[in-house]
Amino acid sequence: MSARDEVLRRVRSALGDERKPPPPVPRGYARRSAEPRADVVALFTERVAEGGAAVRHVGADELATAVAAALWGREVKRIAVPADVPYGWLAELDGVRALADSPPLDAAALAAVDGVVTGCAAAIAPTGTVVLDGGRAQGRRALVLAAARHLCVVHADQITATVPEAVARLDPVRPLTWITGPRGARGLEVLVVED
Amino acid sequence: MTGAPAPKFAAAARVALADTRARRELRAAAAVFGRRRAAVPEPPDWEALRAAGHAIRDAALLGLDAHLERLERAVTQAGGTVHWAADAAQARRVVTALSRAAGADRVVLDDSLPVRELALDAALSRAGITTAGPPARGADPGGEAEDGGGAARVAVAGVDFMVAETGTLVFVEAGDEPRASGGEAETLVAVAGIETVVPEWRDMEVLLQLLPRSLTGERMTALVTCLTGVVPGDGPREVHLVLVDNGRTRVLEDEIGRDALRCIRCRACHHVCPVYERTGGAPYGPVHTGPIGAILTPQLRGVESAAAASLPYASTLCGACADVCPVRIDIPEVLVHLRGEVVESRRARPVPPPELVLMRGLAWTMGEPRRYEAALRRGTRWARLAARGGRIRRLPGLLGAWTDARDLPAPPAEPFRAWWARRRR
Repeated sequence: MSARDEVLRRVRSALGDERKPPPPVPRGYARRSAEPRADVVALFTERVAEGGAAVRHVGADELATAVAAALWGREVKRIAVPADVPYGWLAELDGVRALADSPPLDAAALAAVDGVVTGCAAAIAPTGTVVLDGGRAQGRRALVLAAARHLCVVHADQITATVPEAVARLDPVRPLTWITGPRGARGLEVLVVED
Repeated sequence: MTGAPAPKFAAAARVALADTRARRELRAAAAVFGRRRAAVPEPPDWEALRAAGHAIRDAALLGLDAHLERLERAVTQAGGTVHWAADAAQARRVVTALSRAAGADRVVLDDSLPVRELALDAALSRAGITTAGPPARGADPGGEAEDGGGAARVAVAGVDFMVAETGTLVFVEAGDEPRASGGEAETLVAVAGIETVVPEWRDMEVLLQLLPRSLTGERMTALVTCLTGVVPGDGPREVHLVLVDNGRTRVLEDEIGRDALRCIRCRACHHVCPVYERTGGAPYGPVHTGPIGAILTPQLRGVESAAAASLPYASTLCGACADVCPVRIDIPEVLVHLRGEVVESRRARPVPPPELVLMRGLAWTMGEPRRYEAALRRGTRWARLAARGGRIRRLPGLLGAWTDARDLPAPPAEPFRAWWARRRR
């Protein structure tokens, strides 16, 4: 008997022939929130800041300046970016070299950059979390995790009011990375774009 | 992997208790957890989340066969490969063979529970494969190149949850314990106990709130990774999932004991346990520790060994663990149930254990009022002779085992029954 059949046989024998169906899951917890958008965005900002990451609100037309200022403030000279990062985000860079991850940068090239600039797929207000799914402007996981500094651009409409709202919005078939706060030497900075 | 029999909990705890520095550190760790948890107010729907978590984990266990088959289909469809292991030896063989097939002489291994349970570190070393812990994220990436050629080709990581519906593997990383699930290795070998499956993706909306708060006291752990099969151009080119039984189906057989398999490995019960706070993890054995370990290990290993049989007694039954458990495992109830199992398993022995002899004697004495009153009068006199300052510190003979860890108040000079009889006269 294969290990697979043996394990499944044991499971069935342990559960017995007369199984009671499990009771339904009571989902009485907060799934959606009726809070005004402005409060949700404000809560996200507060929680990101509480977690120790720098966070700024910018208008869509100020984004390029804000990106350049954030990098300049940390003395970042070389960044890696996902190949499909919007050109406009990097339009104001002065004295910062941006390497597109296309073809994929190797480990040595990644080790030589000071930071990475990405977007995100969703953000969660009550936990101050940004979630990346490898989609537009987010890049592959190694690019994001290897960098010593991460500047993440969050559009206000990507911020969800609860964890269940984010889970419903995310596609689990894509590779998901949930990042909450800076970790050790790894810096995190968040720009919230009010569209 | 056999050696001298493991010591009973009480014997092993004596060593731990003598280490005052370790006790101070344990107290400090529990205090840090308490402070962190207190700093983050409990969400208003916490009890509703616990109720949902309880039901989700029960649904996972009561339909485990169907969920595992669905998971296998989903992982395979997404380009992953599923392997099964009935016991630890099989799991070690699978992981070793996969590492060899990937041509790795160096494997990155995280410090997760399944990795420790299966002693994968030792197994890979015996096979001539060097193992290393995952690099701390954000550490200077330049340092890695010095120790032998960049990222390892194979990473072995313990899985926290697997979603049957989508085939998604979920890795939850607290800030101070990096996992091997990052995107660096070419081959990812994910190792999971079969009980870690959950039915649906939306179940994660509950568990990803319950686990972080219970694990680190924070609203969300530093990093959560959800990986479904192989993603072209991102992360490992090969994803293997090893599903491990290793005693879990044995736990599943027991309708009360199976509640222990709801565990999501958060360690909240450790931080509130007055026994764990004093003894630390070592006396519980090498893998599962704390209150949850006291109910899991005897069921995984069986109560025939003296060490495993002593674990259900390693508790004051104060109930703090049940109050804090995010999936509402009633640990004291299972402890009492297992104490019953231990007693039952010893009842059939040719030489009855001392407790049984004592209990039979008591049953005879208490079966007849005159016998009981006579015994009470005589017992009171002897007990008062043995007492110092109103407490009995040490009982004679076999009874002495009872006073090893506790003392006994001296009985009053006049038993209640004598006083009652005198009053009515």
